[in-house]
Amino acid sequence: MSLASPVFLTMQNIEAILLALSVEATIAVGMVNLLISGGLDLSVGSTLAFTGVVTGLALNAGIPVILAVILGLVAALGVGFANGFLVSKMKINPFIVTLGTNMAVRGLLLVLAQGRAVLNLPPEFTVIGQGRLFGIQYPIYVMLALVILGDFLVRNTRFFRQNYYIGSNERAARLSGINVDMVKIINYCIVALLAGVAGLMITARFGSASVTVGSGLELRVITATIIGGASLSGGEGSVLGAFLGALFMGILANALNLLGVDVYWQNLITGLILITAVVIDVINERRKSQAQSKS
Amino acid sequence: MEEILRAEHISKRFPGVLAVDDVSFSLNKGEILALIGENGAGKSTLSLILSGIHKPDTGNIFLEGKPVSFNAPVDAIRAGIAMVFQELSLVGSLSVAENIFANRQPVGTTGKIRWDKLYRQTSEFLGRFDLNLNPRQQVKFLSMGQQQILEILKAISINPKVLILDEPTSSLAESETAYLFENIRKLQKQGISIIYITHKLSEVFRIADRVIVMRDGKHVGTRSVSEVNENDLVSMMVGRKITSLYGDSGKTNGEEYFRVQGFSRKWAFHDISFALKKGEILGFFGLVGAGRSELARAIVGAYPRDAGKIFLEGREISIRSPSDAIHHGIAYLTEDRKGDGLFLSLSVKENLIAPSLHSFTKFKSFLDFRRIDTFAEKSVRDFTIVTPSLSKKISNLSGGNQQKCLIAMWMGTNPKVILFDEPTRGVDVGARAEIYHKLREMVSTGVGVVMISSDLPELIGMCDRIIVMHQGRITGELKRGEFSEERIMAYAAGISPREIAQQEVNYG
Repeated sequence: MSLASPVFLTMQNIEAILLALSVEATIAVGMVNLLISGGLDLSVGSTLAFTGVVTGLALNAGIPVILAVILGLVAALGVGFANGFLVSKMKINPFIVTLGTNMAVRGLLLVLAQGRAVLNLPPEFTVIGQGRLFGIQYPIYVMLALVILGDFLVRNTRFFRQNYYIGSNERAARLSGINVDMVKIINYCIVALLAGVAGLMITARFGSASVTVGSGLELRVITATIIGGASLSGGEGSVLGAFLGALFMGILANALNLLGVDVYWQNLITGLILITAVVIDVINERRKSQAQSKS
Repeated sequence: MEEILRAEHISKRFPGVLAVDDVSFSLNKGEILALIGENGAGKSTLSLILSGIHKPDTGNIFLEGKPVSFNAPVDAIRAGIAMVFQELSLVGSLSVAENIFANRQPVGTTGKIRWDKLYRQTSEFLGRFDLNLNPRQQVKFLSMGQQQILEILKAISINPKVLILDEPTSSLAESETAYLFENIRKLQKQGISIIYITHKLSEVFRIADRVIVMRDGKHVGTRSVSEVNENDLVSMMVGRKITSLYGDSGKTNGEEYFRVQGFSRKWAFHDISFALKKGEILGFFGLVGAGRSELARAIVGAYPRDAGKIFLEGREISIRSPSDAIHHGIAYLTEDRKGDGLFLSLSVKENLIAPSLHSFTKFKSFLDFRRIDTFAEKSVRDFTIVTPSLSKKISNLSGGNQQKCLIAMWMGTNPKVILFDEPTRGVDVGARAEIYHKLREMVSTGVGVVMISSDLPELIGMCDRIIVMHQGRITGELKRGEFSEERIMAYAAGISPREIAQQEVNYG
């Protein structure tokens, strides 16, 4: 790749890749838990924009940065709790629930912002997204820290291991004493909170809260987790895998850009890659199950 | 007698295993031939070869004296061999008629289904078997027994000469089994030959004319059912003599240990009270709908209850969820291993620690992988679980080994009381003996066991006491020494002891 484009391996380009995927990767840390437990969340794109708008409006109303940030995250948490409650207690299919909240939250934020971006955010806030440490922008550190922490927790803690049991067999998980409803609610809260964090970073980076940001994001995040080994039928996946999936997609988009491939083609290619990843997964599963049924 | 099907020197090798090893046998017209063997003995593979799903590596099949070879299941069906699989293939939301004539519905010239003709045709067909089913009825509203029969009818509707049934009673209650057998005999009278695969030996004696025993892919022997007994068949199946399947019952410590009082739930069970002694095995028998599993699930908080108290070691304990039950040392081992017992897509090790995850942590939240490994290794050793490794997916294990995993998994919670629902369902004879042995071992350490089973010989062999339920109520209780199949069945059918005495006088 560095042969085809001399820019590819430069520090600036690597930073650009990481910055671009910091949103997807941050949310993927939470999304992978949902996939492991057999759920999914289509509302993360709207939640991200919602947090940005709430925080932006609060800042413009003169509320201190720290409170405005907390307000934005609480708004995100509210969406997550609603998702979790409807999925676990009302037993509604997560696809339907989060498809609904995705639209509802997008509508709500458009109402709040009256359809316009929230501009003129104070520098004390935008530093979150634009500030640098050792010449690298903060969102990259946030993403890396969350990925490392998330991977450690999902591998090593009892709480997160419960997701594998729920995703593999929910009824057996219940009989094994796992509080399935509570774990699910917390999963949705975590992913919403991470979408909120990503929303704060992107809003701060651009210096304004866009009302359209994050649309279609949910599918890119889910694609990354599936490329990274998660399965829509639950019981499988890892945070590191999801991060690598996001990294792969980020590098690919970047490479296509540098090679001057039209942005429309990029969507087509991403779509084909997702399908290929799933097909490989299905073929592997089939091969395994054939090996089993030989007796 | 006229021979309809003959197989000669059939062999089939899968990577790493010779599943069927030089098997020859014959089947006569109108005969019911039982095919028995432990899991992995090759009976399923043999039947899949006969029904055209697998091709044999060597060997020939003759149907009515003519050699046949099948490339696909359709070929076997056309030739007249139909197979009914263990798993039902019915579509619940469609009618009885559409299920029987799936894809063969009569159509008019425009391609529209002729519903009137379909229903008439189905009524006639059902009439041939004296079946009182409405052709328009949606299948999901039928009982499991009715569905199983419907599955067989679907296979029969193409007029096969040979019908292969693979463990058709594995999910049926006793009354439904009787109903199924009645209908199988009707088929036999109509001249259909049947290969009946089972691992329930009692069924061999109830339904079959001859029996083929397989072990490790080989045909060990064919016997006429009238000239063998159950012990002969067990010895042939396992290749060694099994003297005492159930072991000897130990001494129960006299003190009451665990008590359930006044358990009620509308439509499921009513005012159930019983007590369990230390080291006792208490059996629960009943037909489907008796409410035994619901009761057990309610005890561990996995099924709602309207009223009821639980006492353990003299103190009342509160159980609202399965995790409370685990905390108090009450383990429920489900009857539905695959449905809500095991995590099929996870490894043996992950399964073994599932209900006791909280006890393998450091600082209450981080998993202690070294202790997990030690525990898993010990479990596999203690319960003689045969698995290539601890990280193998549990779905790769045989039914018997999966069941042993289920037991090992719950022993890891250090239970004081074990509620064991159908301990040996879908488990072959060898593993069954090990499970019984293990249960004896557990009660000898002072654990109390409640054993729910539909297998009456098993309850009579294992239990110190048997409680019988009928439609949600306890209708009888018998101590070891008073056990008799007739009395237990009568209680289960809801007939009072006086009526039994009456009947005994009448018959006597």
